[in-house]
Amino acid sequence: MKTDFYDSAPIPDIDLPAQFANSERRSGTLFGNEVEAFMPRRQFLKMSGIAGGGLVLAFVLGGESRALAAEGDEASGKPFSPNAFLRIGVDGSVVIAAKNPEVGQGVKTSLPMIVAEELEVPWESVTVEQSTIDKELFGPQFAGGSQSTPQNWTRLRQAGAVGRTMLVSAAAKAWGIDVDQCRAEQGFVINVENGERLSYGELASAAAELPIPAAKAVTLKSRSEYKLLGKWITGVDNRALVTGRPLFGIDTRLPGMLYAVYAKCPSFGGVAKSANLEEIRGMPGVVDAFILEGNGDELALLSGVAIVAKSTHQAFQAQKALQVEWDRSGASSDSWEAVKAQAGSLAKEPGELDSEVGDFESALASAGKVVESYYTYPFLSHANLEPQNCAAWFRNGKMEIWAPSQMPQRISGMIAGLLGIEESAITIHQKRIGGGFGRRLMNDYVAEVCAIAHRVDAPIQLTWTREADMAHDFYRVGGFHSLKGTLDEAGKWTGLLDHFITFKPQDGDGSKPLRGGNLAGRHVQLPEIPNNRIEKTMLPMQVPTGWWRAPGSCSLAWVFQGFVHEMAVAAGRDHLEFLLEQLGERRWLEEGKKNSLNTGRAIDVIKLAAKKSDWGRGLPEGRGRGLAFYFSHFGYFAEVAEVTVDADKRVTVDRVVVAGDVGMVLNKSGGENQVEGSVIDGLSALAGQEISFADGAVRESNFDDYPLLRMPSQPPIEVHWLETDYDPTGLGEPAFPPLAAAVTNAIFDACGHRIRTMPISKEGFTV
Amino acid sequence: MATITLTVNQAIRELSDIDPTTPLLWVLRDHLGLVGTKFGCGKGLCGSCTVHLEGVAVRSCTMPLASVAGRSVTTIEGLAGEGDELHPLQESWIEQDVPQCGYCQAGQIMSAAALLNGNAKPSDDDIDTAMSGNICRCGTYQRIRKAIRAAAEKGGAA
Repeated sequence: MKTDFYDSAPIPDIDLPAQFANSERRSGTLFGNEVEAFMPRRQFLKMSGIAGGGLVLAFVLGGESRALAAEGDEASGKPFSPNAFLRIGVDGSVVIAAKNPEVGQGVKTSLPMIVAEELEVPWESVTVEQSTIDKELFGPQFAGGSQSTPQNWTRLRQAGAVGRTMLVSAAAKAWGIDVDQCRAEQGFVINVENGERLSYGELASAAAELPIPAAKAVTLKSRSEYKLLGKWITGVDNRALVTGRPLFGIDTRLPGMLYAVYAKCPSFGGVAKSANLEEIRGMPGVVDAFILEGNGDELALLSGVAIVAKSTHQAFQAQKALQVEWDRSGASSDSWEAVKAQAGSLAKEPGELDSEVGDFESALASAGKVVESYYTYPFLSHANLEPQNCAAWFRNGKMEIWAPSQMPQRISGMIAGLLGIEESAITIHQKRIGGGFGRRLMNDYVAEVCAIAHRVDAPIQLTWTREADMAHDFYRVGGFHSLKGTLDEAGKWTGLLDHFITFKPQDGDGSKPLRGGNLAGRHVQLPEIPNNRIEKTMLPMQVPTGWWRAPGSCSLAWVFQGFVHEMAVAAGRDHLEFLLEQLGERRWLEEGKKNSLNTGRAIDVIKLAAKKSDWGRGLPEGRGRGLAFYFSHFGYFAEVAEVTVDADKRVTVDRVVVAGDVGMVLNKSGGENQVEGSVIDGLSALAGQEISFADGAVRESNFDDYPLLRMPSQPPIEVHWLETDYDPTGLGEPAFPPLAAAVTNAIFDACGHRIRTMPISKEGFTV
Repeated sequence: MATITLTVNQAIRELSDIDPTTPLLWVLRDHLGLVGTKFGCGKGLCGSCTVHLEGVAVRSCTMPLASVAGRSVTTIEGLAGEGDELHPLQESWIEQDVPQCGYCQAGQIMSAAALLNGNAKPSDDDIDTAMSGNICRCGTYQRIRKAIRAAAEKGGAA
């Protein structure tokens, strides 16, 4: 088993920085099935070089940890902090750093659990502190791509084990015995010969004087020795959350703080020429109003009008009275209805050949049966419940930022470039995030508040209205698939053609699709089909798109896993048996590559979901069962939905059975929470969500026209884990993709209607 | 502007220089520093801003300050008893590990507490109806139901 991320990471796959470079800022490849380090290549190489030399950089700084600075009383001894991730006080207190942004994926609990496990301390004794932003101390810090677990698994185990090893050494030294005669147990080191014990607190000062061993030199626990990992552990912030303590970005309160809004052109890319600023400045509570030119970069600062007031309500009221003359000469005129119509006619023609395995034409020529189908899915908003917001305070040439950001390490470089401030003069505080889903990988709202704070002599909190939030998202890209499948006389699947109609940036070189709008052969995940052809047409689009939950996979899984069912029906075969046939023998398509499909793991979760859902057992009239599988973000998920459909096309989801394999599940509670949430998110999108736009402006504005699922529609969800010996991987995303196909396949099973347009409300169904 | 007096979490608050049409949500968050009550939609659609007005759940984002003058408001910060003792729903929320991002949970708990105030043993349908005004973007509904049931069994109308 590989034990070091930096050794095992497939470097050629890491190309995210290119997606953020200005020249290609509107396009990008999927990060659904790829390792993305979200850090500049230069930084990555620096880190991997050091890892290769036997140390992870954070550890080099050792006892000088800036993140968990020593606060010891010199008289009573020195606290022990061998690295930035942990500190043990002479009073026995244990503080563990939570390094990554918490967006609801549970890493503020699960990552410190890894350290605590290896450090060998009781979880109840641990205090978790949200860390500072520091690449050198903590490595990559971001919440995206379900990468927190796989990227930190080795690093954090080593961090804890270094601490434990040193505490054991300190005890051995105190007793004058060999380390082999000592064992660490839940905050103590025990002399195995005579049972004598010293607590970690008693050992802290002595341990702090010892040389720090190389991270790779320390012995890690085996899985069978775990006491904490794998248990059902509740969130570290729960008490603060249920008592309303300030945790989120929007909860930031600073002395003399003023409240801001920032109005941008409803049509993407429009520029503010003039506004009724005098009138706005005269409104109650308004302190200032001004136009910001911006730098034209949608990932940073677009042109707009800032209003600063004494309260959020006054800023919102002033925004309602704001009248802006927009220069729309460079603005989007995109229309969703128009591109749907265009795609509909393009779908009847061949697209540009993208890739081909085998020979689809010959499969078509010799086919016993051909199935044709056309799938459509819309643009979607992230709709984070906490609207975009950020606080910033510019004083004495320094910018201090309180940011709910999924990508905090990208902030200081962006702000430095935008405002001409040294990066070293920028401080970022990580705030808990009221929902990420990929929206806050972009830091546009951070740029806005910093630009405002740069001009106003007071701390500023920027809050977007819900309407602004929905109108200025980086949307999940919509798409169209014109599919042809061929069956031979025996009902075997012989060929697949997908003419994928997607989008490209209006202003790019036309070579790459918009973010999230990519398709490659590996996304099909049906390796036994001998003849596969992918054709593409890319339509220009100015509406900004971004990473949504399970980018790419979130829509592709629905298309391909829906089409598998169509083919099974056409072949007159059982869906389960037919799906397993498309996976073939148990093998890892590219041995050792985490982002490559392992058909054995796929088969096992599919069989488990089938078994737990009573696959094959009859259901009464009007009820149906649907199956789907997808592999994304290193995780394997199969889901079976059971539905009832009435004569009015009302769908009741009676039950969802989920089987997942992400190696080991570090926190059972957090893990199940992610799966349950993914199912609800999938149903929400499927039921009625669509972002439409006309004249380059989004038409939906709030939760009345962009509905989220509510409690009465919640089905019972069962989660079954297939825990394997593979390294644990993340759970924020991989349970999402199969849900939609499981439900639409179930709807077909219940009533014979094949849904090929999302959301299902477009075909008259309600959930 | 006239002074408006109201009771918030059992303390009498006198507010002057605030436009009486200001929604209670922003009075709580921006003027009284009670940020536990959350802004989500501004139109009473998501329930993040739910507080109790005389024990009844209301959406503070659409409730003008003038309409609560002289009345008693309880926010998430005032739901628990004295000291460290939590409301049974808060206990239950922690035990069931309900929160994911946690942003909506204050509003969810306030809606659930108002439900249990008037209905100590709610049926599943009662729970669905009472909670249908509260959106959870992370999808924690299954656990919310479980937590309400568990609190009700323990005598959650505390």
